[in-house]
Amino acid sequence: MNTRTEPVVIRRLFIGIALGFFGLFIVLPLICVFYHAFSKGWVVYLQALAHPDALAAMRLTVITALVAVPLNLVFGVAASWAIAKFDFKGRDLLLSLIDLPLSVSPVIAGLIFVLIFGAQGALGPWLRAHNIHVIFALPGIILATIFVTFPMVARELIPVMRSQGNEEEEAALTLGASGWKTFWMVSVPNIRWGILYGIILCNARAMGEFGAVSVVSGHIRGLTNTLPLHVEILYNEYQSAAAFAAASILVLLAIVTLVAKTVIEAVIRRGHTA
Amino acid sequence: MNVKWLGVLVAAVLVVGGASFAAPARAEGGLALLNVSYDPTRELYQAFNKSFTDFWQKKTGAAVTVQQSHGGSGKQARSVIDGLEADVVTLALAYDIDAIAKNSGLLPVDWQTRLPDNSAPYTSTIVFVVRKGNPLQIKDWNDLVKPGVSVITPNPKTSGGARWNYLAAWGYALKNFNNDEAKAREFVAALYKNVPVLDSGARGSTTTFVERKIGDVLLAWENEAYLVVNQFSADGYEIVAPSLSILAEPAVALVDGNVDRHGTRSLAQAYLEYLYTPEGQEIAAQNHYRPRLAEVVQKYAGQFKQIELITIDAVFGGWQKAQQTHFADNGVFDQIYQKK
Repeated sequence: MNTRTEPVVIRRLFIGIALGFFGLFIVLPLICVFYHAFSKGWVVYLQALAHPDALAAMRLTVITALVAVPLNLVFGVAASWAIAKFDFKGRDLLLSLIDLPLSVSPVIAGLIFVLIFGAQGALGPWLRAHNIHVIFALPGIILATIFVTFPMVARELIPVMRSQGNEEEEAALTLGASGWKTFWMVSVPNIRWGILYGIILCNARAMGEFGAVSVVSGHIRGLTNTLPLHVEILYNEYQSAAAFAAASILVLLAIVTLVAKTVIEAVIRRGHTA
Repeated sequence: MNVKWLGVLVAAVLVVGGASFAAPARAEGGLALLNVSYDPTRELYQAFNKSFTDFWQKKTGAAVTVQQSHGGSGKQARSVIDGLEADVVTLALAYDIDAIAKNSGLLPVDWQTRLPDNSAPYTSTIVFVVRKGNPLQIKDWNDLVKPGVSVITPNPKTSGGARWNYLAAWGYALKNFNNDEAKAREFVAALYKNVPVLDSGARGSTTTFVERKIGDVLLAWENEAYLVVNQFSADGYEIVAPSLSILAEPAVALVDGNVDRHGTRSLAQAYLEYLYTPEGQEIAAQNHYRPRLAEVVQKYAGQFKQIELITIDAVFGGWQKAQQTHFADNGVFDQIYQKK
């Protein structure tokens, strides 16, 4: 469509609306976070981040992402490869099931794990008898995070793989390569930027997840509070500056994600035109 | 990316994941207690835990850490039932600890008789917080039902503190209408007509009143009221003591099923008993909880306003009955709040 045929006024109006919304709902809140974070000065800001509970929350958030993201990566590559390159019974079902965590409220996602692993749940008594801690401990937090970030990598890869088609793989197979070799030498290199993109989105969601993690966390200070939960606690304790200091870490993560995403998108586009 | 790289990755994930399953949710080295508490006690237990760990170190030479978890009282009870391994629970009402005993069997149903004073080492009551200069001249409960007065209180279905607020208003109405239940019900219904927003917990209501500046009067725990006045001294909030209020007895208990698994029974018992010592009572008083111990009561007498306090047992026949009548599904609260 050629936008140049529209009158200047209309064009300016639409650009204005878009920029206005962007400023009001995205930029202004972000500025607010940093404004509040530094409202009591650098010292309070750094103290808030160096507090043992804050450090514990960051450590827990990083560990959670370190486990959840690679697992979802392995799953995401396998699932998207199967879905995009092969035709099999139940493929559409699998495709919609992958999206399930996106349509389920995170609170429900958390409660699912309480119902399974909680003391009153299906596996609760057995876990308790064997002294295995799942919910209200690290494993529960990781499980809830994996659940909500489950579709992130696969969702990115399926369209990329589909658009590439099967020709290169078929060529490799005709030339005598094994399926395994084809996968590593042909399929994976073609989607490497898509993989990176998926990892970044998955990681951002894993570190930022609040709802599901809140349900299974137990909120034990310095032990089972992730960074988003830590922010809420500080805010409820009237420590606004400290709460926003911790929140600013999450915002920085978002900005880094955004930049990385833009760079990768540019690389992918160049790859397409080349 | 190659196969080797992926192998390393998977191995790393399995190691971290496996370690997370193997490591129980306890601090490393030394004994740790987990105190699962409700929202407004954050400051109280921060001070108390420090005092207790010092005391324990001096007495036994052993270092202990006390971990805290805070949230709405009912929600916290639910977490303990679902497996949050609390060594001790310090909740807003005995009813919530009853729920743990009933639903999980982790502690005996007669838990409340195991410590003095109904297992409530400190008490509190419900007071009003008003904005600077008390512009609407709110003095007592009957000022809250006047048209145009906006009252902030949380939802009694989810918040322990909110139930105390509700019952205090009911108790006041009963007294002023010569125990006429129908008139009391009308009075409380009129009060809740003046509530623009029901938050799910006491902290949420405080935030609504203080940060979002909604409402003319906040019904709050006495300790929470002092916290607001001190934290936001610049805004000039004032505490108003009504003529009558309710004696709130936040209860504490040892969770037998958990301490026996953790081997922390004697430590948990000492922790709870320390709440009743002069040191523990002073910390409670300093955090605006009403102490029980006569000498500490006397020392902090000036800090707590004289209010006629009714008890839930005398006026409402205990928590189980009050809960059934007022807060159960289709109870009195549901009926009056739907009529709105």
